[in-house]
Amino acid sequence: MRSPLARFLVRRILTALLLAVGITLVTFVLTNLVPGDPVAANLGQRAVGDPAIVAQWRADHGLDRPLPQQYLMHLEGLLHGDLGTSQQSHRPVLDDLAESVPATLELAGAAILVSLVLGVGFGVVAALRRDRLSDHVLRVLSLVGISVPTFWLALVAFYVFFFRLQITPGSGRVDPGMTPPPHVTGLYTVDALLSGRWDALSSAVAHLAAPALVLALYTIGLLTRFTRSAVLEVLGQDYVRAARAKGLPGRVVLFRYVLRPALVPVITVAGLAFGSLLSGTVLVEAVFAWPGVGQYAYKSATTLDLPAVMGVGLVVGVVYLVINLVVDVLYGVIDPRVRVS
Amino acid sequence: MTAEPRAAALTIEGLRVSIGGHDVLHGVDLAVEAGRVHGLAGESGSGKTMTGLAVLGLLPHGSRASGRIAFGGRDLLGMPARVLDEVRGAKIAMVFQDPATSLHPMLTVERQLTEHMRHHLGVGGREARDRAAGLLAKVRIPGPREALKRYPHQFSGGMRQRIAIAVALACDPEVLIADEPTTALDVTVQAGILRLLRGLCDDLGLAVLLVTHDLGVMSAVADEVSVMKDGLVVETGPRGRVLREPRHPYTRSLLDALPVPPAGENSP
Repeated sequence: MRSPLARFLVRRILTALLLAVGITLVTFVLTNLVPGDPVAANLGQRAVGDPAIVAQWRADHGLDRPLPQQYLMHLEGLLHGDLGTSQQSHRPVLDDLAESVPATLELAGAAILVSLVLGVGFGVVAALRRDRLSDHVLRVLSLVGISVPTFWLALVAFYVFFFRLQITPGSGRVDPGMTPPPHVTGLYTVDALLSGRWDALSSAVAHLAAPALVLALYTIGLLTRFTRSAVLEVLGQDYVRAARAKGLPGRVVLFRYVLRPALVPVITVAGLAFGSLLSGTVLVEAVFAWPGVGQYAYKSATTLDLPAVMGVGLVVGVVYLVINLVVDVLYGVIDPRVRVS
Repeated sequence: MTAEPRAAALTIEGLRVSIGGHDVLHGVDLAVEAGRVHGLAGESGSGKTMTGLAVLGLLPHGSRASGRIAFGGRDLLGMPARVLDEVRGAKIAMVFQDPATSLHPMLTVERQLTEHMRHHLGVGGREARDRAAGLLAKVRIPGPREALKRYPHQFSGGMRQRIAIAVALACDPEVLIADEPTTALDVTVQAGILRLLRGLCDDLGLAVLLVTHDLGVMSAVADEVSVMKDGLVVETGPRGRVLREPRHPYTRSLLDALPVPPAGENSP
């Protein structure tokens, strides 16, 4: 007999797989609808003028076949782990992504981690100390966090902390000249920990700190505000009053009775915020010269490198799917009404 | 119906409450005796619920209370929350109006039945579970062992209120405050809940303060009746007397508003 949670999980994962196929279709169609000619973008001025070269190039890249056939070839390739060859770097797109995706995941992951800890913490404190000084201060700060544009903050942070004060290292993921830790996950901090490369760990953390904080500021503000209102709403519920009537200690009431239901909307927002973090990385990566997927996407899009663009679209789509899956599963774990209905 | 005088389990004297500078209670006096059901009647906004909440220190954010709430020789009003926590749930328990909102939707029945038991009585997990199953049987939940593992939304409204009553009884309290315990329920299950409360009061010697706007409910179970209006108790007395020969014009108007004469009028 399967537990309700397992059944709930299987259902969600099957839906996610279906959606993944949908993503491949959408990225493929959208990429082909782009009003631009990859031939002009990739071949030189003189080569474009030669029909034989153009035809040869189109045939090499499968662009001479009908679209449905191109899509099926694309799908078949995906099943074999083949995302095509980048027309720009002339390397398999998969290899390019294997380098840039972990860099972005490390940056966005660090940012969301910081945001969750600080945002939820600040939100709870603000709610519990409603209308007192600490609440007012936190509310103003969270508003600032939400209002400041990330690209501006990235430029200012880079200028002030690196160029002027010189307390943060400059661009890149580790100090120049340092060999990155042996590749296991592609996340430098994790790989450095796994291989015991303490010098690489401290360098990676130092390089990660400024861009991650810049990226996190918006989500910290967002989560502070959502957590505050969610906690305040739960505090007014009958079951919290009932818990007090039972004479339970304050911390039990807070952690068991208040935080658990309050986390449901917070998780929703955190999932959405992670998505916005991923798009925010494009600008932050540019400022801090972070070799992530944002930079790769930008380069591929401007050169109409279709396989690369499709690869990025697929990866970003799948990341969204995974986040949504995680959020759904967390709902089920937190709220029994979701899984036992 | 006349009763020999007993020591009051809970005495409220001159209770005044203001919320945000606005007075809601103007000096309420009440005495609830062990083994008796004291009905507190009155229309919405008369201060019945605030009186019940004040006893357990559950008044809303920004309210002030003065007067005296005597329980076991101590005044509950002046108590710091930490000391009051030793009384609430353990000696004085409360049942709220709507069991759909007063039971936590994400915690199992077992958790909600046992956690304060373990906290106040210091019993172990297995003993708490046995007691919890016993309590569910006492409030007539079928299959108490299985019911422990379920969540509130898997029960009907009447069942949920029975569970909420079991939660209130978990630490063998001396006083039970029931705030409109049947208002959110179907008429058909109301009688069952009232009979249960009455039986518990008789069997366990509980002092029950039954807050309700429904004089029909009142006449079915209360020994004593107090009628509140605008933050004051305007009339108190044995049920038969208050319902048959109301002295205060407000009580009379409440009785006249009933579609059918209350049971108290025909009882000996």
